[in-house]
Amino acid sequence: MNVEYMGLKEISGPLVVIDGVKDASYEEMVEITVGRNKRLGRIIEIYGEMCVVQVFEGTRGISLENTRSRLLGKPLKMPLSMELLGRVLDGIGRPVDGLGEIFPEKSRDINGEPLNPVMREYPRNFIQTGISSIDGLITLIRGQKLPVFSGSGLPHNQLAVQIVRQAKITDAGNENFAVVFAAMGVKHDVAEYFRQSFQKSGVLDRVVMFRNLANDPVVERIVTPRCALTVAEYLAYDKGMHVLVILTDMTAYAEALREISSSKGEIPSRKGYPGYLYSDLASIYERAGMVKGCKGSITQIPILTMPNDDITHPIPDLTGYITEGQIVLDKNFALKGIYPPINVLPSLSRLMKDGIGEGYTREDHPHVANQLFASYAKVQEVRALASVIGEEELSPVDKLYMNFGREFENRFIAQDFRENRSIEDTLDLGWELLRLLPKEELDRLSPDIIDKYYTVPESKKGDF
Amino acid sequence: MENSSHGTIYGINGPVIKVRGNHAFQMYEMVLVGHDRLIGEVIRVFETETIVQVYENTTGLKPGEPVISTGKPLTVKLGPGIIGNVFDGIERPLERIAEKTGIFIKRGSIMDNLDRNKLWHVRMLARPGDYVNQGEFIAEVKETESVIHKIMVPPGIKGEVIEAVGDGEYNIDQTIVKVRDGKTIHNLSLVQEWPVREPRPYYHRLPLNIPLITGQRIIDTLFPMAKGGAAAIPGGFGTGKTLTQHQLAKWANADIIVYVGCGERGNEITEVLEDFPKLVDPRTGRPLMERTVLIGNTSNMPVAAREASIYTGITLAEYYRDMGYDVAIMADSTSRWAEALREISGRLEEMPAEEGFPAYLPSRLSEFYERAGRVENFNKTEGSVSIIGAVSPQGGDFSEPVTQNTKRFVRCFWALDKALAYTRHYPAINWTNSYSEYSQELSEWYSVNAHPEFMDKKAKISRILQEEEKLLDIVKLIGSDILPDEQKLVLETARAIRQGFLQQNAYHEQDTYVPIKKQYLMMDSILRFYEKAVKLVSIGVPVSVIRKSGAFEELIRIKYNIPNDDFSAFEDLNGRLEKILEEIEAEYKK
Repeated sequence: MNVEYMGLKEISGPLVVIDGVKDASYEEMVEITVGRNKRLGRIIEIYGEMCVVQVFEGTRGISLENTRSRLLGKPLKMPLSMELLGRVLDGIGRPVDGLGEIFPEKSRDINGEPLNPVMREYPRNFIQTGISSIDGLITLIRGQKLPVFSGSGLPHNQLAVQIVRQAKITDAGNENFAVVFAAMGVKHDVAEYFRQSFQKSGVLDRVVMFRNLANDPVVERIVTPRCALTVAEYLAYDKGMHVLVILTDMTAYAEALREISSSKGEIPSRKGYPGYLYSDLASIYERAGMVKGCKGSITQIPILTMPNDDITHPIPDLTGYITEGQIVLDKNFALKGIYPPINVLPSLSRLMKDGIGEGYTREDHPHVANQLFASYAKVQEVRALASVIGEEELSPVDKLYMNFGREFENRFIAQDFRENRSIEDTLDLGWELLRLLPKEELDRLSPDIIDKYYTVPESKKGDF
Repeated sequence: MENSSHGTIYGINGPVIKVRGNHAFQMYEMVLVGHDRLIGEVIRVFETETIVQVYENTTGLKPGEPVISTGKPLTVKLGPGIIGNVFDGIERPLERIAEKTGIFIKRGSIMDNLDRNKLWHVRMLARPGDYVNQGEFIAEVKETESVIHKIMVPPGIKGEVIEAVGDGEYNIDQTIVKVRDGKTIHNLSLVQEWPVREPRPYYHRLPLNIPLITGQRIIDTLFPMAKGGAAAIPGGFGTGKTLTQHQLAKWANADIIVYVGCGERGNEITEVLEDFPKLVDPRTGRPLMERTVLIGNTSNMPVAAREASIYTGITLAEYYRDMGYDVAIMADSTSRWAEALREISGRLEEMPAEEGFPAYLPSRLSEFYERAGRVENFNKTEGSVSIIGAVSPQGGDFSEPVTQNTKRFVRCFWALDKALAYTRHYPAINWTNSYSEYSQELSEWYSVNAHPEFMDKKAKISRILQEEEKLLDIVKLIGSDILPDEQKLVLETARAIRQGFLQQNAYHEQDTYVPIKKQYLMMDSILRFYEKAVKLVSIGVPVSVIRKSGAFEELIRIKYNIPNDDFSAFEDLNGRLEKILEEIEAEYKK
């Protein structure tokens, strides 16, 4: 049906209202022609013959009279094809790299459908990232959603690149692995940094890149992660690939959501974000996972910058409730020159308990991890005490803790951007650090584990 | 009349649609929306418009599509086939949806809630000529190896049995009993229907004086929960709410567990589905799944169904309570449910109260928690529904509206603590912020069934922990070296209590569930040792000497070293510890 509607009833921020529309359906796409240029929009509310449309390219230059709108009869769909690998697309999935059209094998509604929980496969396969703090203490599992909580000025981008480069996901054979990268509201040089890094590590032709840059329309940002995940689902469940999805920056996404919500005149909840922020974020994050009967998997690493480094801000807070853990970067570590500046205490991987230990990594892994956490938590107490009474006044055991804390940060957490440690190295290093403390302090270890690993074998004594 | 039961869609905004052309819709009536017949519920009625919340994704709906009235409220089907199943928020079986639509849940997949083809072996209890009342058992079905499903006369029906089939195989639709009440004849089958928002009736309430034993030390000993009570587990993300809920679902001594995954992660449902069939119920020796029913409305499933899932869960729980079972319902998490209320309320443009939540949040919460209780049923059996609701406060801040309002309606509050979780102290239940108002009512049970001195010992343990709390404030300022030895001993003992008693390892074969008797003996050993050590310190023995003896470490490792089924080791341990102290004393006196 090619009915065109002339003019608009109202324009407010990124939203326009079209009146007198017949046969519109909810979330249907609309093409709006302004002079010679065509813009895309989506119906987000219908009331009788009035439709509220969010315009992806923004409403600049639109007046009540200079537009013609046409309903496209379908919701926003993402064209899908293996040719997408190696391509760069804009925020709503149109190629922007000048390499020509993509001929889709099929296309799918970008909203996807909820995965049936009974068809999920519980994720258990360990992904070695070669970063001690992650592998040892916040283990990443294939099919997990593990966000990076960062702040402005912290090296979250390097960390993401290092994970992509070193993740043993690549060892499954190059045929079987892909990266879907979605940039939302990031600066051009950040997007370019990622592209160059992918190129340097030779994976660029396995990457699908979505780019919604900081000066691109805000509304586009709402659909960017959904387009990206639709591609990821296609690669994982139709083509059996292991897909790593990087979404950056989720804060920009949530802010876009707030902007649209407020132009719609919705009632805000905390900090002005809409009441459905949780459900909306969940509809993105829950698209990670593994399913029964499919070889492929979707592992998500969303990156978000915590406004004012506040972990209780609604965006990191709601994210933490949905994702399976979090990697928290800390400014204080960065100031001390520690890379990666991961603060392990508030960090967590919920899935690691089932993907480590005997048969997965090494039998002592859960014990070492538990003890390192507990001992490092104790270091914080001792430090607080030392800042009051001075390090000199501490008891001998507490002094050992101070030393353990320093060594742990400088040797276990800190590592070079190029350094790729195996899980065995990481665990051995963990034991080496635990040996700095007397046996009685290791209350999370069972006696047999202590006997087996804590005591230094005679033959190795010379090494320390 | 045909026309009056139809309306047409006029407006659409997310899960909320506006309907015109019919004002005969009833409040909370179930309706079928659009050509795909999506399930919806009437939530507001105006003169010209009716507002409906839709339990499925509304993409693609158009104004002008029909909305069909069903004339009845949102109901669930109650009958054999519930246990061991996984349902979505409005009791649709997820496994059968998967058979039909694959890995994704497609919308408009209306199907039967319970399997209608399956034949159940029915043993009849009612005979022709019997006079039956509401709630009375008319037949029995072995639903799983662990659960006998009693078929009851639905509420509101009574009369004389005029026809009853013999024992045999029947499906859920077949009439097994005909009851005549005056002139009406009721055909009763294995199933009945019940509106989810209405509590099922019972004869009268009973006092809450039996504990729900969970095998978790900090809960059973310090903050016990009563059968028929209501408890809340609030905690920020990563503090172990779900892990605690899973532990309770596994080990609580209820007959039936209803686990509602309300707006949480899909993988958590998957985990339960993988774990529970493998775990064995210590009381029946059968897989835990045979007493469990799961309701999974994960965070990416439609928000309106999330709101309904809590009610679906509690209705199933009440149904099994009516058969005389002790039922525990875990709701993870009630905050997501409250947020679903907020989301719908926002779309209705209602005037918000605190933080955007609707003003009726407290009344909805109280209605829900009030459905907990231990009751005598019409059929003279006793049953209970215990509610354990997780709360996910934003930013881990307990002053937010959902936590605060929940606190008013529950009497057991297990506050999870971020600081404890950071040190991997699980369960991260904070012993200073948590409380249980049931302790008093349960003390008699503990004296009779656990040990006469149980409550005494518990009070002593609490006192030591409280004292530690005070001392730690001082230690933070000046270090522990300055403290006198009696106080150092308190600190050491409190450490042993925290690490050896309060901390419990859910992944350790023995420690994951600890019988109440062992909990008592553990307290006993710790306190015996403490009291003797106090004496030593009073004659001048330094705490560092006692510490070096390794006795505290032994106390901490009781949980691993002494098995759950052999308590004779406690005597050895107490003797050994006593000997250590005696030796120290002798050494010192020399």
